[in-house]
Order: sequence, then C-alpha cells, then structure tokens
Amino acid sequence: MSVAIPPKGQGPLAKREARLAWSLLLPTITIVSLVVILPLLSIFWISFKPIGLADLRPPAPVLRESLRGSGDQMRIEYRLRNSSQDVEITDVTIRDAWPEGLIVTGDLPAGCVLDGREFTCDLGTLEPGYNERLSVPVMLADGVDQDAAEDAAEGTEPEVRGEADSILTNSEFTLDNFARVFDGDEFWTVMWVTLFYTVVGTIGALLFGLFAALLLNKSFRGQGILRGLYLFPYVAPVIAVAFTWVNLFDPFSGSANALLLQMGVTNEAINFFGQRPLALIMVTVFEIWRYFPLSFLFILARMQSIDTDMYEAADMDGASPFQKFWYLSLPMLLGILSVLFLLRFIWTFNKFDDIFLLTGGNAGTRTLTVNVYEQAFAISNIGAGAAVAVIIFGCLLAFSFFFFRFISREEGL
Amino acid sequence: MSFLRFGYVTGPIIGALWLFILATTVSITMSFATGDPFRPALIVSLILGAVSGLLAALEQEKRIKIAIIAVLVFALTLVGFGPIVMESNSVSEGVAAVGLALVMGWSMNAIMNEVPLGPLTRHEMEEAWIRFLTGFGYIFFTAIVLIPFYVMVMTSLKSQSALLQNPLDFSLEIDKGWALFRSYHELFRDFNFGTYMWTSFYVSVLTVFITLAFSIPGAYAVARLRFRGQKAFSRSILLIYMVPMIVLALPIYIAFSVTGLRNTVIGIILIYPVTTIPVALYMLQGYFRGLPAEVEEAGLMDGLNRLQVIWKITLPLALPALASVSLYVFMIAWNEFLLAFMLLDDPSKFTLTRGVAMLNSSEIPREHLMAGAVIATVPVMVLFLGLEKFMTKGLTAGSVKG
Repeated sequence: MSVAIPPKGQGPLAKREARLAWSLLLPTITIVSLVVILPLLSIFWISFKPIGLADLRPPAPVLRESLRGSGDQMRIEYRLRNSSQDVEITDVTIRDAWPEGLIVTGDLPAGCVLDGREFTCDLGTLEPGYNERLSVPVMLADGVDQDAAEDAAEGTEPEVRGEADSILTNSEFTLDNFARVFDGDEFWTVMWVTLFYTVVGTIGALLFGLFAALLLNKSFRGQGILRGLYLFPYVAPVIAVAFTWVNLFDPFSGSANALLLQMGVTNEAINFFGQRPLALIMVTVFEIWRYFPLSFLFILARMQSIDTDMYEAADMDGASPFQKFWYLSLPMLLGILSVLFLLRFIWTFNKFDDIFLLTGGNAGTRTLTVNVYEQAFAISNIGAGAAVAVIIFGCLLAFSFFFFRFISREEGL
Repeated sequence: MSFLRFGYVTGPIIGALWLFILATTVSITMSFATGDPFRPALIVSLILGAVSGLLAALEQEKRIKIAIIAVLVFALTLVGFGPIVMESNSVSEGVAAVGLALVMGWSMNAIMNEVPLGPLTRHEMEEAWIRFLTGFGYIFFTAIVLIPFYVMVMTSLKSQSALLQNPLDFSLEIDKGWALFRSYHELFRDFNFGTYMWTSFYVSVLTVFITLAFSIPGAYAVARLRFRGQKAFSRSILLIYMVPMIVLALPIYIAFSVTGLRNTVIGIILIYPVTTIPVALYMLQGYFRGLPAEVEEAGLMDGLNRLQVIWKITLPLALPALASVSLYVFMIAWNEFLLAFMLLDDPSKFTLTRGVAMLNSSEIPREHLMAGAVIATVPVMVLFLGLEKFMTKGLTAGSVKG
C-alpha cells in the first residue's frame, strides 16, 4: 500500500492557470514595454549622445533634376547636395530613367553610365556641405517636342541613395549633456523650484481636500450638486482652465487685478504670472486648486466608511467636536492621507502641462519636467533634455522605493 | 483659549469675521455681476459684525434678533456707513444692501444658535466655531470653483475691447441676441472646430475601446489567476503609472519623427491607449478582486472554461466598473494635451485641445480662446455631471492619477 502524500510543486492545473495568465497578460506586456520600457531605455541612450533637434533627420543626399537650355545647347542637369554640413555621405548612387528622344552629345560626368534609357552614377563619397551640378549635354532627336521632353525629364523622379553615419545609432558617447545640466546655479534653482512646487502643492491640495471633505461629510439637500461642482477643476481640460487663469490674472485686462484695484488692496496692477516669487506661488496655487478635488473625493469616501458607532461612543463619553475630529477621524484618515500624499507627491513632481501652459517655465517657475522641454525643444538640445529626463527618472525610482515601503502596509499591495 | 468660552467674546469675534467675509462675498458677486465698484469696508464690517454677534447671543425671540441685525445692516448700508461701499445704480445698490442684510441676519443667528451670552461649555463654543468655519468653507470653495468658470464663459461672450475698458463688466448685452455667440460661430466656421471636435471624439472613443481590450484580460489575470510574479506584476503596474509623460514624450517624438507617424491621427490613436492602459489596469484589477470568486468557480464547475467565465460571468458583473473606467479613460483622452501638442503640427489633424492651444496667440482675440476653452470643457462636463455617480465610484475604486 502506498501512503498518500500531498503533491509537491506545481500541479498540471496550476501550470495551466499560469499559462493562461501569461497569455492574457501578453498583449499588455508587449504594448507597454514597446511604449514605456523601450523609450525609457532610449532616453538613457540619448542622454549620452551629443544630439540636437536638427540631427533627428539623418543626413541624406538631395537631388533635383532639370532639362535646361534649348536647341544645341541643351543639357540635363542634376543638382546634388549633402543635407548635412558636418557629416559625409558614402556610397552615393543616382539612378534615373530618361525620356525617349534624347541624344547625348558630350561626355558623361565621371562615374556615370548610360545604358539605353537607364542612367546610373556611382559617385562615392560626398563631403559635408557638398553642393554641385552634374550636367550631361544632350540634344533632341527629330520630331520631339521640347516642352514634352522637359516634362518627361522632370516628371520621372531620379532615385538617389547614400549611406551616412546617423548620430542616433553610432558609437559616439559623451558626458557633456550631464555636465551641461548640472552646470552652474541653474540646476539648483530648478531643483529648488521643483521641490517647492511639489511639497507645497501636495500638502496644500491635501489640506484643502480634507477641509472640503469635512464640509460635505453630512447629508443635506444640494450635497450632490456641491460635490459635483467641487470636482469641476479636476474634470475640466487643463488647457481650458490654465488659459482661463492666465486670462483672469492678466495684468492689463484681468478681472482679478481689476477687483484688487477696486477694493484698494493694491495700487497698481500685479503681474501674477510674470514676476519672481509670485509666479511660482501662483502656479502652486493653481496646482492646489486643480487637484484638491481628487484628495477631497478620496478622503470623503474614506470618511463615509468610518463606523458611526465610534462617534456615538465618543458622544456618550462627552467628547467635543474638535476632540472627535482629532482623536477619532484623523487617526482613521491617516492611512488614506499618507497614501494620497505619496501618490500626489510623485504626480505633482511629474506635472508638466500646468506650468508649461501658465508661464512656459518663465519667471522662476522652471521645474525639472519643464526643463526637459526647454532643453530639448527650446534650446534644441535633445541630449540635454534626455539627461534631465534621466535625472527625473532617478528621483522617481527613489520615491517609488519609499512608496512601496509605506503602501504595502497601507493598502496591502 | 479659555477666554473664548464666553458668549460675549466668541459672539463678537465670529460676528466681526463673518460680516467681513459676507461683505467681501457680496462685493465680489456684485462687482462681477454689474461691473460697478463695490468694496467691503474693513473697519465698519468688523465693528458692525461684532455688534451683530453680540446681539445674536442675546436671549431673545429668534425672529426679532434676525430683524434687528438685518435692519441695522440695511440702514447703515443705505446711509453710506455700512459694511459695503458702492457706487452703482440704485437697483443694484438696493439688491446688495438687502441681500447682505438678510443673509447676515439669518446666518449670524444660525451660527450663534443656542449660544448664550455668558459662560459657554466646550461643546457650545466649538459648535459655534464649526458652524462659522462651515459657512466660510462653503462660500470659499464655491467661489474659487465658480469664478474661473464664470469668467471663462462670460469672456467668450464679450468683445475684447469691452473687457479692456472694464475687466469686471461681464454684463451681457442681451439685445444682441444670437450675435452674442459670434466667437463660437467663427470658431466653427473659420477655425475648423467642428472637425477638431470630431477628431477628439473618435480618438477618445477608440482609445476607450483599445484600452478596455487590453486591460480587461490583463487586470483579470493579475486579480484572479495565480502565477509566479503576480505580486511583482501588480506593483509594476503602479510603477509604470508613475512614469512622467514628458520623459516618454521625448523618445516617442523621436521615434515618430523617424517613422513618419508624427503628425498623423493614427500615431495619436496608437499612443493614447498606452497612457491609459496602466490606469485602467489598476482600476479594474481592484474591482475584479472585489467580485466574489465563488460565482466564477461555480461557472467553472458547470463546464465553462476560463475565457467563457470572464465573458459570461465576470464582465456582466463588472459592468459598473467598466462604465466608470470607460468614462475616466474618455476624460483622460479628451483632455490630453501634451502629446497632441508635441506630435501634431498640421491644423487639419488637430484634436480639440491642440486646436485651443493654437488660439493662444496675440493675433487672435481673447474671446475666441475662451470660447475654445468652453467648447472643450462643455462635453466632458455634461458627460461627467450626467454620470457623476459612476465617476466618483470609479475614481475612488483605484485610481489617483492626475
């Protein structure tokens, strides 16, 4: 008699389940790695490359064909140019089909062969900035109309090929990008702005959200309407609300300034988004305004799930409203508050569009994310932009380390 | 804070602050409504408010107290020594004075409800302060949310020159009739906004479908099936969710430039779902976890295979979650700006947000920009308000993305 022992390892059912799980996940994994992991890797690659916006188009030979002159002086002319001023192109070949009725009267340019109507050239290497004409003297055969021949010659596109070293794929590396990014006071200014924006924006949004949740954590008529209303800033497209704010706080035609002037708070118009410290404070206020609804929603949901028995017991013991808030509600909310803090911290840190639309990163509001755009597109230095992106990613990894240490406890993820 | 525990201390302090808040609120409201100068008078507000607070703490019939405070505020305002200083026509001045007086009389008594003049218990004092803070909170949040949207809508209906003359005058010239909507008309006629709206709409809808197609199986696998790496997987969903868009936008821009996908709607449709799939995965897996596994096991016992279980049991049960995820994804896609801004240059292919960004130039009048903002906002607002319950549930179910 054999003794029944529990099976060890994975049984066939478990294996089948795991296989199904992977096959269900496969499409997602593929697409996410294609669009998230791959770009992340390429960001690292690019950050070590001396590459500008103009280098995105690899250097290529550019060719234009035309039939010029008339009568005996006719010639087919090819204008050939190297699109890059500092990279050479090798193995350049031209291939073109000539129209019928053209007779070559002179010498072909060096390296070119005419076989029937097939015209081919092998030109070897083009120097950087190469720009020359190749011309073939020709005449028309009898009975061929010149206009028709011109149309035919210029109608067929000549084919040109060449190989060039693209900066994206060659093995040239540099640390210049990082040196440039870390260079000088600018980097520390950017870091300080980012830190201020993130910390104040996150805490502000949490506090306002908590306040709003306390207001709506009771049932009365119109509660639903108010809740919907308070979510407006979060739901509306960022572009609409950002431009509205710019409009509202415009120094010349903004209503906010008019109101402040009229109430005698200030004597002259304030340029809210245009002067240092104020611009940074304003973008932070905008961030708080736009995202307090989110914290409000989460805190309210948590509040409504707190057991009311606890409050009844506290009432019996004679606890005052503030005591109930401080000793009962707040400890119960601490979990969701810390999760919200960490998540909002990371997402505020990552925020780009808001500041970009409000100030464009001017007047001392350039955060790290705006700096990526500035470096890559405004200064046209893609490499430096990528270097900033790598720094952001590094910070992010550090944050998510903290995040998972806390979140694992709070949410059981 | 023990000195606060007397009705004759707490009452006047709350009253002074409250009247100043109300005076400011009424001034701002009336300024925005009429364009004429209305201004809260700080000193008068504080003194008169303190007096009202004291009156409200008296032991008297409630209606009498309301009447006394209201008459006091109203009379002083009309004489010109009231909490609001104003220069306007008599109608709006009257409205402001009556409104302020009635609201003050009523709310002051509500705040000081059953608060005696003498010593207070801790409960009485705290409750008075909480009622004061609650009132302030409602006014404050409603104001900060409504004012920008009010300005947005009203600016779109006025001409820029009129607003330059008096930036506060949002009064509409009703007699202009349909001409009020001139900037909307021009946006649709000259700036192709009809096309942009359609592009935004179908891009968003396609994004929703593609996102669901990818995230439903993925979320189900992570939530239900046991396999090695499941835990690491549900963490990495969150991690991916945290990668900033601008970091990805740069290589995507390069890749799209090289492959010729830049400046095409196809490229946008390819890239939007990827930004929303992690969100949808995160929300859906949370919901799937909450569904009872027994129902599915019963299905398995009855001879369905896993895919049939998902199709016939899980999905019908998860319909509310699917609805809220779809809504949320639609909202993200509709509001998306960064990628559209970087990847689209050709005005014939713009999405709505990209089209609005195009209006932000000094040559195009402000009212067009604001009209564009309204056009972009209204559909998503309508959708949201109509389905608000789904939305709030779905948001709190898992996602916190901003």
